[in-house]
Amino acid sequence: MTLRQDFIHESVAAGDAAVVGRPLRLWERLYNLAWLRQVAIIVALAAAWQIYTSVLDNALLFPTLDATLEAFWQGIVRGGLLARAWASLSVLLVGYAIGIALAFLLAVAAMTSRIGNDLLDTLTSMFNPLPAIALLPLALIWFGLGASSLVFVLIHSVMWPVALNAHAGFRAVSTTLRMVGRNYGLRGLSLVLRILLPAAFPSILAGLKIGWAFAWRTLIAAEMVYGVASGGGGLGWYIYENKNMLETANVFAGLLMVIIIGLAVENLVFGIVERRTVRRWGMQA
Amino acid sequence: MAADGSSAGPLLVTRGVTLQYKTAETLVTATYRVDFSVFRSDRYVLLGPSGCGKSTLLKAVGGYIRPTEGSITLAGSEITRPGPDRVMVFQEFDQLLPWKTVQENVVFALTASGTLAGRAAQERARHYIAKVGLEKFGESYPHTLSGGMKARVAIARGMAMEPQIILMDEPFAALDALTRRKMQDDLLQLWEETRFTVLFVTHSVPEAIKLGNRILLLSPHPGRVKAELGSGGKDEIHALSGAMLSETILRLLFAEEDIAAEASQ
Repeated sequence: MTLRQDFIHESVAAGDAAVVGRPLRLWERLYNLAWLRQVAIIVALAAAWQIYTSVLDNALLFPTLDATLEAFWQGIVRGGLLARAWASLSVLLVGYAIGIALAFLLAVAAMTSRIGNDLLDTLTSMFNPLPAIALLPLALIWFGLGASSLVFVLIHSVMWPVALNAHAGFRAVSTTLRMVGRNYGLRGLSLVLRILLPAAFPSILAGLKIGWAFAWRTLIAAEMVYGVASGGGGLGWYIYENKNMLETANVFAGLLMVIIIGLAVENLVFGIVERRTVRRWGMQA
Repeated sequence: MAADGSSAGPLLVTRGVTLQYKTAETLVTATYRVDFSVFRSDRYVLLGPSGCGKSTLLKAVGGYIRPTEGSITLAGSEITRPGPDRVMVFQEFDQLLPWKTVQENVVFALTASGTLAGRAAQERARHYIAKVGLEKFGESYPHTLSGGMKARVAIARGMAMEPQIILMDEPFAALDALTRRKMQDDLLQLWEETRFTVLFVTHSVPEAIKLGNRILLLSPHPGRVKAELGSGGKDEIHALSGAMLSETILRLLFAEEDIAAEASQ
């Protein structure tokens, strides 16, 4: 048996181990930038594209990256690609906004009454699986050739997923938070707006993203079928026209535009909203 | 007589309260004909094992559940719905609104309830946040705080409302032992300063003895009043039983179980 002495240090020196935080190396810091990683992936894909198409050497089937970029540039300068993109976007925004507004009305009704809940359940299970394009013939009969037909199918494609997500989010709000809201006198609509809406925001944001993607797809597809309906036509019609003229590089340029807008909205609009809300609040990692 | 003599009669009166709630298959009786009275500036503890309906009782006082029998009155008027005159402090850490800072959480309570607005609300929020020792964290979001700090914010929010009574549902149960002890000391300190009335639910005997001046013992299935004992804040010989207060409480709680065990044999 060794005798062990009790001891108490009067002061605890940290010594050399006192460096609590060491700055990361340049490489580690660069790798931590999400956008940089994304750019690297895109560059790799672009390189693969260029190499493959150079080897294939068939501009009709699969134009090279530089031919596509050239067509993209020419499209913007002369072919009115930006005007086409705007034509698509302006219709899209109208449909998206109305779809979201209706979705929230439905979700709020579902939260405030039992019959509203049944209404949402029934309607979403009926209409959510119905492809928006399938409604286009009906839309043309009802609204004629024009932007309003497109807006109608857009509303259909946005409304159900957004309403479903919002409702799921509302229902997942903890009982404690609801009780806190009621404790301070909130009831009905004020409870929904001041407690449920922000508390369910991660889920609502996910719904808005899904709704956006659905709307974008629906619109491009609808324009390809009935694109000439909306004035000068949108991006879908641009792609379709150029396919008919066997301008494959222009088809790719149109697709590139669709992708660029999608990336921009995802990273800029939704990315910023996410950083300012759910991440800042610690509701999403 | 009121505990502090400032007003006549009890503040909160619970008479013959039976509470029932429905699950999918059964109608559960949580408490059966419970009577108790809380006076102004009381630190009144509801103590009992799980299943004694103490949390349900607190929710009924909060106005979230209507009694199927009996009545609950606060300062003479019957409780029918939740209201800002009775503020709940919960055990769960998510009782703070995650999208609001500490300051905004307290201000929210004041403005949503229509108690105060604008500058006055900001001032009062700051005052009570400082009172619980979080003046440096006013602009922090709840997810950056520790569990103990979140509990402090919830208490600050409740006190800022300056309600008739603060209802605490095991507010320290989710904290680690060291933090819990500190929180208990601080709660007593806050009480010394403002003498608020608090109804406190716990299943910890030491916590009940330390925090309460009156302890209501509830026996389970369904919850009924077993005893009401006074506490001087320390575990001492109790005049009624001649034993230590903690032993008296444990004996009362276990006696019930033994009888139940015999009956089931």
